This record gives sequence, structure tokens and C-alpha cells, in this order.
Amino acid sequence: MMDAMGIFFRSIFIDNMVFAYFLGMCSFLAVSKNVKTSFGLGVAVTVVLLITVPVNYLLDKYVLSAGALSWLNPAFADVSLDFLTFILFIAIIAVIVQILEMVIEKYSPALYNSLGIFLPLIAVNCAILGASLFMQEKNFSSVGQSVAYGLGSGLGWLLAIVGIAAIREKIRYSKIPRRLQGTGIAFIITGLMGIAFMAFLGISFS
Amino acid sequence: MSKTINLITAPLSKANPVTVLILGICSALAVTAKLKPAIVMALSVTVVTALSNLIISLLRKGIPSKIRIIVQLIVVATLVILVDQFLKAFMYDVSKQLSVFVGLIITNCIVMGRLEAFAMGHKPLESLLDGIGNGLGYGSILVIVAFFRELFGSGTLLGYQVIPQGLYDFGYINNGLMILPPMALIIIGIIIWLQKPEEDSK
Repeated sequence: MMDAMGIFFRSIFIDNMVFAYFLGMCSFLAVSKNVKTSFGLGVAVTVVLLITVPVNYLLDKYVLSAGALSWLNPAFADVSLDFLTFILFIAIIAVIVQILEMVIEKYSPALYNSLGIFLPLIAVNCAILGASLFMQEKNFSSVGQSVAYGLGSGLGWLLAIVGIAAIREKIRYSKIPRRLQGTGIAFIITGLMGIAFMAFLGISFS
Repeated sequence: MSKTINLITAPLSKANPVTVLILGICSALAVTAKLKPAIVMALSVTVVTALSNLIISLLRKGIPSKIRIIVQLIVVATLVILVDQFLKAFMYDVSKQLSVFVGLIITNCIVMGRLEAFAMGHKPLESLLDGIGNGLGYGSILVIVAFFRELFGSGTLLGYQVIPQGLYDFGYINNGLMILPPMALIIIGIIIWLQKPEEDSK
């Protein structure tokens, strides 16, 4: 249990998707112009990560990794479907996003109106696939840990995008060199926020 | 003819996918701390964009528009698996350094963006050139960033010592900050600053 807590906080602050790995930067920079839409996208990313990471964890554990198929038949013990990782992960993500979109549209039109437009974007958000691939690399030992990782990564991403959106709203009327306006300054702010986040590096969870 | 050449040269400068269109930053900045992985990454992305553009352009009349995203993802994912297996077989150490970032080429916005914006509506040859151009445009930024980060961060280029020992004796110290991930963003910010044309009409 403590393990899961550690993973959770680690993935929010230290291994932050945006500041440590630059994942999800495309939508991060494109959408972070105002706080409200960034919050919507952040929530959508968190929800999708919370579902896809554990599903991909199970897929990895029981289908893909070396010897994983032995529950089906002991003869498969040395079969490894490792090379199919990318294609299956991305297919799972696309399917889950599609299902989620349909479910939300059916049961909560209000939520769909505020969140729905972001969902198709999310299927190709690098943070989603990235989290699944990192999950595979980290060799978690239980589903609980992968849930904690998915949720933490999503919240970390949410924190980052809301933070930068707030700063961008504030600096809209500041005097910035003209060529640096818009994306240029957004890059530099993200860099500075990343340096600030490195202060968390010293914290250890055990 | 000049139009064809333009397909390759435009993405290198005024339509650069990274600095002008702000696409594809996601998967790659973490690999620019050293020059060598950056070059490998640039070549991998170029191969994937070029071939996926070609394949989608060949298939474009047969793809129903409702499921086009899935079809595109499958084509891209297959190409990325090929690249990944190739790297693992022939350049194992580099593929270890790149770790998950090879896989993340799948969700690189440049690849999907070009498929949607160009390959779905153009002939195969043009799409191939467009893919090569965009891959190189992306790669050029990657290499520039990696060049500065490795030069100032480690004092080396491609692993060879460039900054002479005399300078260190004189009190020169490598800038450890350049190795840290956030500096990549700041360098790109500066490249955008230098590249953006002055808009006088504003």
C-alpha cells in the first residue's frame, strides 16, 4: 500500500509527465491559453490515464511479456509477444477513448459538451501512450500500483497545464518582445516551471 | 519542379513543424541531451513520416473517413515497430538510451498531422517528399538543440572531447544545467525567437 502511495506522489511531482519527460506537449501548448479549457482537458487526460494504464498493465502481464501466456497452456511458457506492444497499446487506447466518448455522450450530455471535444485529441496525446510504456518499463508488481501510477501521472499533467494556463492568462498584457509572443514565451515558461519542479527531486518516498 | 523541391525545403525553414507549427515536441526533447541519440531519433522519425505518408497516400481512396484515424494509427504503429526492432538489432545501446521514446513516435503529432493534412489529399510521390521534408525539418531542430546541449553541457560532440583541456585548466566548467530536461524547452524558445519574422503590420 505504501508503495502505491509512493508511486502516486512520485508520478505527480518528480516524474511529472510534462516537466520531466515533455509528454503531451502538443496539446499542452495548444490548449493552455485559458484556465477553463485546460482544466477540462486535464480532467479528460486524467480519466483516460486512470483507465488505460491498468488495462494495459493487465494486457502486458497476461498477454505480451515473455512467458505471459503460460496461464493459457504451459506449452506457451517461452512465447514472447513483446514486439506487438506498441500496436496493441495504441489500439487499446483508441478503443477506450472511443467507448468513453460514447458512454459520456449517452449518460451525461453536459459533461460531453465540456469534455467531449477533447476526447478524440487524447487518443493521440503522447502522455497517454507514454504512461503505458513507462508503466511497462517500471515492472509494477500489482494492479494497484499501476492504478496509482495512472492517476498520479494524470494529476501531474493536470497540475502542469492549469499552472501554465494561469501564467499565460496573467502575462497576456505584459510587454514581451514581439517575436517571442505566444509560443516562444510559452516554451520558456515551461522550461522555467520545469526547473522549479526539479526542487521536488530531493524528496524520497519509501 | 520548383514546387516539388519546395515540398522538401519549406518544412526546413518557414514551415518548420517544430518551431512554426508547434507539432511533435512531445516525444523527442528528452533525447536531445546528447547528439548521437538525437540524430538516430531524427532519422527514425524521417523514415516513419516518409513511409507512412507514402502508404496512406496509396490507400487514401480506399479508407472510409469514419475509421481513418484507426487505419492511420495501425500503419504508423507497424512502421514504428519495424524501426524499433531494427534499432534493437543493430544499435542496441542507442535504442536503450531512447527507451520509450521510439514507441512515442506513434503519437508524434507531426506524423499524424501530415497524414491528415497532406497524405489524405495528395499523390503518393508528393506525399513521400512531404514526409521526408517534415521529418528532416523536425530532425534539424532536434540536432541543433542536441548540439548546444552536448557542447555546453558535457563539452563533447558525439562523445568526442571538443572543448580543449586548456580551457578547463583555466577555470572553465561544464554547464550542468544544460543536461537537465528543461533547458531543451528554453533553447527551442530561443530558436523560435530568432526564427520568427518581424511582423511590422501589427
